[in-house]
Amino acid sequence: MAQLSIHNLQVQRLLPVNLEVLASQCITLSGPSGCGKTRLLRAIADLDPHQGEVRLNRIAQRDIPAPQWRRRVGYLPAEAAWWRERVGDHFLNPDPKRFETLGFTLEWLEREVSRLSTGERQRLALLRLLGNEPEVLLLDEPTANLDQASARRVEQLIDDYRQIRQAAVIWVTHDEQQHKNSAHHYCFKDGKLELHAWS
Amino acid sequence: MELILLTPWDLSIAALLVLLLAGLSFHLRLGIEKRLAVAAARSALQLGLLGLVLKVIFAQSNPITIGLLTLFMLLVASYEVMNRQQRRYHGFWGMGVGVLSMFLSSFSVTLLALLVILQVDPWYAPQYLIPLLGMMLGNTMTGVALSLDSLNQNAWQQRASIEAQLMLGHDWQTAITEIRRNALRTGLIPILNAMAAAGVVSIPGMMTGQILAGSPPLEAAKYQILILFLVSASIGLGSVTAIWVGSKHLFDERQRLRLDRLTRPKH
Repeated sequence: MAQLSIHNLQVQRLLPVNLEVLASQCITLSGPSGCGKTRLLRAIADLDPHQGEVRLNRIAQRDIPAPQWRRRVGYLPAEAAWWRERVGDHFLNPDPKRFETLGFTLEWLEREVSRLSTGERQRLALLRLLGNEPEVLLLDEPTANLDQASARRVEQLIDDYRQIRQAAVIWVTHDEQQHKNSAHHYCFKDGKLELHAWS
Repeated sequence: MELILLTPWDLSIAALLVLLLAGLSFHLRLGIEKRLAVAAARSALQLGLLGLVLKVIFAQSNPITIGLLTLFMLLVASYEVMNRQQRRYHGFWGMGVGVLSMFLSSFSVTLLALLVILQVDPWYAPQYLIPLLGMMLGNTMTGVALSLDSLNQNAWQQRASIEAQLMLGHDWQTAITEIRRNALRTGLIPILNAMAAAGVVSIPGMMTGQILAGSPPLEAAKYQILILFLVSASIGLGSVTAIWVGSKHLFDERQRLRLDRLTRPKH
């Protein structure tokens, strides 16, 4: 049960952003590269200094210790980094079901990160993030480097997670179909976030 | 044994060797003759001045002048630490990290040596205080500079993996643990090498000096062991402090990695 509300959030030179995402709701964001999508997600995850207010279930960001905030508001960057050699060193309680959904087995935990492909790393990073059971998901193009079949599996996993956990999801994507499946689609235009109306 | 006094003529012979080296560099176009000349002149001038200053200070034994001299030494050492950083902290902390860490380490270790081990009377007797503190500061300066350089360079290069850990809800101390550990190791390598080589590969400068000045070799060895131990303690304490203060300053109150607090390298 998570509701994320963003009020006059301002990062560097971007215009203030107002946004509301309800529990179990998924909204998508799009816009040309460099328009501030990533900066917006990073600010919501409290990784960069910013002005304005972000609230989770009406509790302000600053009233929640930063590590706890980031576990509850999970951010998946476009290219997630790995800091140890083995995949398994990054997981506490790997969920075999989720691994299966994305086409992995728990044997993958023994693999070396440096031998994985970009797409494999991206999917495993999503599994790593979901291990925290975040209430909000901030996803920066989670299917960008994936083939059709893998992309559908990732969408399926995120969709199931959203409904079961009643998580709020902000999803940056350029995929038309993903926009259509979301509750709302916002678009950055001239530094401003606009609600995209379907004709 | 008596101290053999050096005449200006003796020093000129040694200086001639440096000049020869400069000539060789010029002839072979190594391009270090200028820097060599400047460094040689600078060291002669600095040491000569130090001799004069110490002569006055030893004669007066005035706590205030001694205090001012130690403060001056601390500031110069801190400036050198800052200058050796590829990426230093903006503003006050650029020099503040060095001042704080070297004050806490070198000064307290020197004080301990004077009060407890050597039991000098008065404890601030400059014949003991100044050379001891100089040795602590000189070595600790290298350790602190190496530690901080390693800390900040690695933090810069490993930004992605530090932030990946923050994103997953790790606290800042966990996210920087590995980098901190490496920084401390880097800072301690020179003194570890010096201790391993002492007496086998090299005879440390202070022991050489004492023997030349007529001390019995075993007494000189005891002093050298004392100094090596004190110096390692000072380097360790200084590096740990610098790494702790420095790494804390790389994160803000919301545990965000703040690399914007570091300057860019000049070249």
